[in-house]
Amino acid sequence: MFLAKVYITYKKGVLDPQGSTVKKALGTMGFDTIEDVRVGKYMEIMLEEKEKDVAEQKIKEMCDKVLTNPVIEEYSYDILEVRK
Amino acid sequence: MGKKVDYRELGLTDKEYQLIVETLGREPNDLELEMYGVMWSEHCSYKNSKPMLKRFPTRGKRVIQGPGENAGIVDIDDGQAVVMKIESHNHPSAIEPYQGAATGVGGIIRDIFTMGARPIALLDSLRFGELKSERVKHLFSGVVSGIADYGNCMGIPTVGGEVYFESCYTDNPLVNAMCVGIVNKKDIVRGKASGVGNPVMIVGALTGRDGIHGASFASEELSEDSEEKRPAVQVGDPFMEKLLLEACLEILKSGCVVGIQDLGAAGLTSASCETASRAGNGIELDVSLVPRREEGMTPREVMLSESQERMLVIVKKGRENEIEEIFRKWDLAAVTIGRVTDDGFLRVKDGDRVVAELPVKSLAEGAPTTVNESKQPAYIKDVQRIQYDQIPVPEDFNEVFLKLLASENICSREWIYRQYDHMVRTNTLVLPGADAAVLRIKGTKKGIALTTDCNGRYCYLNPLEGGRIAVAEAARNLVCVGAEPLAATDCLNFGNPKKPGVYWQFENCIEGMSQACEALNTPVISGNVSFYNESKEKAVYPTPVVGMVGLIRDINKIVTPGFKKEGDLIAVIGENHGGLDGSEYLRVIHGRVAGNPSIDLEKEKAVQKCCLEATKQGILNSAHDVSEGGLLINIAESCIKGGVGARIELDSEGKRWDEVLFGEAQSRIVVSLSEHNCKLLEKISEQVGCKVLIIGKVAGKKLIARVDGSTLVKQDVAEISRKWRERIKCLME
Amino acid sequence: MKFGVVMFPGSNCDVDCFHVIKEVLKEEVEYIWHKEPLRESKRYDCIILPGGFSYGDYLRPGAIARFSNVMEGIIDFAEKGGLVLGICNGFQVLLEAGLLPGAMKRNKNLRFICDNVFVRVENNTIPFTLKCKKGQVLEIPIAHGDGNYHIDKKTLKEMKENNQIVFRYCDEKGEVSEATNPNGSIDNIAGICNRRGNVLGMMPHPERCSEEILGSADGKLIFDSIMKYLKGE
Repeated sequence: MFLAKVYITYKKGVLDPQGSTVKKALGTMGFDTIEDVRVGKYMEIMLEEKEKDVAEQKIKEMCDKVLTNPVIEEYSYDILEVRK
Repeated sequence: MGKKVDYRELGLTDKEYQLIVETLGREPNDLELEMYGVMWSEHCSYKNSKPMLKRFPTRGKRVIQGPGENAGIVDIDDGQAVVMKIESHNHPSAIEPYQGAATGVGGIIRDIFTMGARPIALLDSLRFGELKSERVKHLFSGVVSGIADYGNCMGIPTVGGEVYFESCYTDNPLVNAMCVGIVNKKDIVRGKASGVGNPVMIVGALTGRDGIHGASFASEELSEDSEEKRPAVQVGDPFMEKLLLEACLEILKSGCVVGIQDLGAAGLTSASCETASRAGNGIELDVSLVPRREEGMTPREVMLSESQERMLVIVKKGRENEIEEIFRKWDLAAVTIGRVTDDGFLRVKDGDRVVAELPVKSLAEGAPTTVNESKQPAYIKDVQRIQYDQIPVPEDFNEVFLKLLASENICSREWIYRQYDHMVRTNTLVLPGADAAVLRIKGTKKGIALTTDCNGRYCYLNPLEGGRIAVAEAARNLVCVGAEPLAATDCLNFGNPKKPGVYWQFENCIEGMSQACEALNTPVISGNVSFYNESKEKAVYPTPVVGMVGLIRDINKIVTPGFKKEGDLIAVIGENHGGLDGSEYLRVIHGRVAGNPSIDLEKEKAVQKCCLEATKQGILNSAHDVSEGGLLINIAESCIKGGVGARIELDSEGKRWDEVLFGEAQSRIVVSLSEHNCKLLEKISEQVGCKVLIIGKVAGKKLIARVDGSTLVKQDVAEISRKWRERIKCLME
Repeated sequence: MKFGVVMFPGSNCDVDCFHVIKEVLKEEVEYIWHKEPLRESKRYDCIILPGGFSYGDYLRPGAIARFSNVMEGIIDFAEKGGLVLGICNGFQVLLEAGLLPGAMKRNKNLRFICDNVFVRVENNTIPFTLKCKKGQVLEIPIAHGDGNYHIDKKTLKEMKENNQIVFRYCDEKGEVSEATNPNGSIDNIAGICNRRGNVLGMMPHPERCSEEILGSADGKLIFDSIMKYLKGE
């Protein structure tokens, strides 16, 4: 069994309205060393697979096909082996 | 099993516990006691309010269903009826504004389609503290987003409502949601478990641990600990509810359904015992059959869960397959969990084991009602007494006017309703921002007008008169758009009813509302009571919100508040006297909440009759009722909405000038009309016995107000329009 | 002429589109259920993907709906030159399905916006805008939380060269500026078409302004254009 942690954000260069709003808010609260904020999505996906390679391949496919929109989003992931 | 449940912790009194033991002839077990605890909470049983609510007039020739069902129903001719109800979600919204408001909207929508009606409109009556602190802004912003996201996703337009900002609501915001539906009279369904042997099904979302004891939570004052009770707040899933809505309307059409009820407060416990009680039957359920979202749930958790977007359906025996089929189409679960019995008991089983067995009548309707001690609170005398000679008449009326126009309680609500989809279903003919919203009924010439109203400050100063005014203003708003008021729904928001002063407010508001409902022929067909809106010894203003529906026979004769044509005359229907008592002017300019507002219902009736008849004859180009801010603010709003100026010429008749311009005396409607129609308006007013006074003309680009020959206010309409529109945005962003 | 209105779970402007076709245009119209593959035998002249919140807008607006059974047939229908109109959520589905270029982001102010706005017709040569004048200003409602259109610079340039920008947010005089951009869309874009011009996606709702009693009938120009094209007038 594998747990995939998938992180999705807007691509670099795509204006992120949530990110800029949060950045501005943090700035007014006195957090003045903030360079950049990007708001994204985090997903946990449990896969009933035996091989890590297979799990990874499936996660990649899901990300490319459904979970992200490649026009505006990019993703990264961690895959951990877990017990049921 | 853990330690025995203490009935006192469930909010039951010694006397109530004794009654339960007597009724059962034995001690209840823990689950049974918890079921009693939620069903006999104020939120479910109305034990503190029932005797008072009997005062409301609830009958009328158009009333098809009065209070007692999931929602009220009123006849609008041609075999059609309007279904409506308003309900509070104050406590959950104070703790988690977004989800609290969202699930409030979800709950009231279910109450409407439970009756077989298609929900066509939402309204929201909101109260917050003054928009100064970050906390209030957070609550306000969260509540508005919660309402928006839920209603928008459902595809039900949010067409109206109201919002006030007053310091008494800082810790206890009020979130009252109203839903309105349309049904063909022959398709009305009720929440009854009829027909012994009929299967009982649970449909919609899976059952989780969320919201356990929400009903009890709503029956306590908020305290420091309330934050820790967060698990009692449920999460809404509007997409699930949209599917549930479509699936339920489809099964209701199929003819397989005997009765249906949503699982709201107290979840499966209340839905099962209330449907059984209405039909005089019993129900037997097996909790092990209930589809669950989480593993290891106990019978207690299943019976008390307040997971959203679920319904209980009582089906004609042998037709379960058809129900399952329809729900499958919408990718939803529909599972038989029990059947209707004839023994009058709610029997809960976990597999073969009976875990609770309670008489439904006692559980659903047996909570002993109380008439609490009632006493006029000491503050009343202090606030009602006001010496006007100590309140200076302002020197610069322009400054006062601009300050008032920018008051949070007067400025435009655009920032709010722009976040609500108010046009979906393409029926909204008069958009938010007018006296009342108007929706067409497709396929007919008819329309309905909707509004919610309540000035809590008036109710605080004089609960009896405040209650009368709330009803009168709602009806007046409907009349302004050309609708005949038909029926009311109410949401009574008060503090702790065990306090004699609060109970006195409650009693008097109800008395006042009842008098006005009788006078204006608008019976109360549904409603909701929310007590314990207080914290740290401070209660909210008594806030009995009135939702009202009116009928428009010809949608081509709708009237809106904006001035339409230069050269039109401006007239006041009603007596143009002042009355600064309880006014926004006193609060904003002089920092006073004082006076003794009042209304003459006979005069009110005549004014409404006059305006309604004038709209029917099609002689009015605009109509707008005088409310917060008084006459000049009213005229400014009509200028702004029409994008045109006005010249007003008033005679003070010896009254103070601030009173003439900013007084909030009731029973006044400002209209504009062409000069040659004035004769007709005067004729109508003579027939119904009310006054009409011409006070000015629609003209130019400026609003100019003169009193006794002196120009007191002169403002550019485009300029004041911008200030009025952007006020809330400026405060929020 | 025969119209089809697709019903995804969570669609809610389906009834409004249906109403306009049936009661205003007085043309034949039927619902197409998302689970059914699109049957060619139905011989639709135009398919509308309506507004709403298909699958609750969960994940991304339109992201799940585009995998519905019905979509394969719609892509095929579009490739053969059939008219496909995506409104609001329907537009988002078309973007996710790759029938139109680009993607939608949250509105710049992060709030849902329901309002009457003005759009300028930039391309009046496609079947959906035949009856409009180039530069004509339409008053038309928007109602969305994710209408902030995004496309990379290179593709935007190509789209302009191919005349694929159909509507841009403007003021009542037709001036396009930052101040008239309600949601942050790149270049004030409110609607675009594919190269061939038979697939149109637009955020504004023409079905909400096709009757005078609703305050504006400008949206009817879109439906009238479709009829004119289909009838070959």
